Amino acid sequence: MNEQSLALLKQGDTATIIALHGGCGFQHRVRSVGLKEGKLLRMVAKHHFAGPLVVEVERRHITIGRGMAQKIIVARAL
Amino acid sequence: MKTILLIGDPNVGKSVLFSRLTGVDVIASNYPGTTVDYLKGRMNLHGEPVEILDAPGTYSLEATNKAEEVAVSLLDQADVIVNVVDATSLERCLLLTVELLEKRKPVIVALNMWDEAQHLGIHIDVRELENILQVPVVPTVAITAEGIKELVRRLDEARISERPRLEGEDQVWTEVGHIVRKVQSVAHRHHSVWDRLSDATVQSGTGWLTALGVLFALFWLVRLVGEGIIRYGVEPVFDLYRLPVAALSGWLGPGFLHDVLVGTLINGKVDYVQSMGILTTGLFVPFGMVLPYIIAFYLALALLEDSGYLPRLATVTDNVFHKLGLHGHGIIPVLLGLGCNVPGVLAARTLETRKQRFIAATLVSVTVPCMAQSAMIFGVLGHYGARYILLVYGTLSAVFILLGLVLNKTAHGECPELFLDIPPYRRPSLLAVTKKTWMRVRWFVAEAVPFLFLGVVVVNILNALGIIEHLARHVAPFMQCWFGLPGAAVPALLAGFLRKDLAVGMLVPLALSPAQLTIAVTVLTLYFPCVAAFAILLKELGVKDMLKAALAMILTALLVGGILRLVLM
Repeated sequence: MNEQSLALLKQGDTATIIALHGGCGFQHRVRSVGLKEGKLLRMVAKHHFAGPLVVEVERRHITIGRGMAQKIIVARAL
Repeated sequence: MKTILLIGDPNVGKSVLFSRLTGVDVIASNYPGTTVDYLKGRMNLHGEPVEILDAPGTYSLEATNKAEEVAVSLLDQADVIVNVVDATSLERCLLLTVELLEKRKPVIVALNMWDEAQHLGIHIDVRELENILQVPVVPTVAITAEGIKELVRRLDEARISERPRLEGEDQVWTEVGHIVRKVQSVAHRHHSVWDRLSDATVQSGTGWLTALGVLFALFWLVRLVGEGIIRYGVEPVFDLYRLPVAALSGWLGPGFLHDVLVGTLINGKVDYVQSMGILTTGLFVPFGMVLPYIIAFYLALALLEDSGYLPRLATVTDNVFHKLGLHGHGIIPVLLGLGCNVPGVLAARTLETRKQRFIAATLVSVTVPCMAQSAMIFGVLGHYGARYILLVYGTLSAVFILLGLVLNKTAHGECPELFLDIPPYRRPSLLAVTKKTWMRVRWFVAEAVPFLFLGVVVVNILNALGIIEHLARHVAPFMQCWFGLPGAAVPALLAGFLRKDLAVGMLVPLALSPAQLTIAVTVLTLYFPCVAAFAILLKELGVKDMLKAALAMILTALLVGGILRLVLM
């Protein structure tokens, strides 16, 4: 397994979500837009200067801040 | 009377469904958070009147912003819940569905965007889903009205699900996953050229290029359509209108009534901009100068909204907005504010924290020029070339950034990170775009024109009573030394409180230099917003924050006006 935080993925990488860190409220919010354990995602865009990330999950694009992405642990597909 | 509540995730088509059921026209767009307040309407259900409520979108009953709180608080009023679900994102929508079933109220599920789901190769077993949820499930396409009749027919079948209660969040999620695996199958799809292009519009380099291109196209379209309406619609009509006005002017003869209705004659003739009569300036400013651009702007905005581009624009501009204490979503109040500041301030509701809402509302009302203000800027400075107009917009943009930086440092509270759900690109429907443009234009006319008439009347009365002259004499020394403006410009600044576009006619006759005019219109744009925007600011922010915003306005206007004076004169 190649575990890392979502924030470290490169543009174009695909990975599976394996764990969510952070508080209940945070976990609830990200799950409610489809970022759940076991889901496959693709890094669509990474903005400079610690800007937001765009990931695709279940055919939908989600924009998410760096800080939030750091709390999402993924396993990169090799 | 029975109350039916439409509730569901953001951007699943609740408002379109609401408008289908009630016949009430509402603003719907292709981005989450279009509806920030709930809407009320009525329909006939089997010969009986029922009330329909359209709630703002919420992912879950645990609200994370003001608009979502509204949605959750409506639940108590509902006799029947229509849960609108996006068939293309079943799994995510089912969280709310499962939470709603736990409320032990009659529920019926509308499986909306059914056509798009099929297009994407998503198959959902509706029968099985009904069995599992134990409430009726009806596939619908709200945009084309497909399935709406069936939904209405089955509204009576809405019932309280007898599923066992779930304990805790983990169980809810497990259950949702379980249901989806049972009822949904998805055909595998390859990443197409379209998908790649769509990706490029949110990536850093290409995203900025797209954003600049789109904004440029937006302004180009507004100018093209606005000028077209003026040339082929407004000018011929107002040319014809000169005859009856001249006749009325002759019939009335000089006097107070003539001044109020027709206004002052300029070189023996009516001047639509400067005369200041209700039937001349009072009609020409809103319908001849502002309305054409309002129509053009709302048309362009509707195209932009329905395409689904706005959330992508928010993503690309997020970095910039973060410096101002906002995040990318702040672009939406700004864009709406360019039309009219009132909907701009209202759109600040979708931001998560009080600090963000305060900053967004203040920035919009201070620095974003609405169409009436833009009409004023162009009307006053148009003859002097693009240089001065660019100077005004450049100053406003700079103030936007600087004031944002200052407010971010001084206002207490947090500015959370951007978290956005990006809808797919969709081709805007001509009918929907036309309808939305028409609704907003109608709203503008109903809202703006009365204030303009009032403004004309007040200006005339104050003039007749000599109050303006009195005030002008007292403020003149300050105006002269701080802004470099003559006391005669005071009435224009006062009238600007009622309507900014009214000030054009009052500034033009003063024979000011272009530099003085630049200062005057900049100060007019920055200081108090018009009465309508002021009222909405009070309602959205409360007295204390509104006073803070007003203080920011006055200080900014004084400071910027003073600096411009030093630089320009």
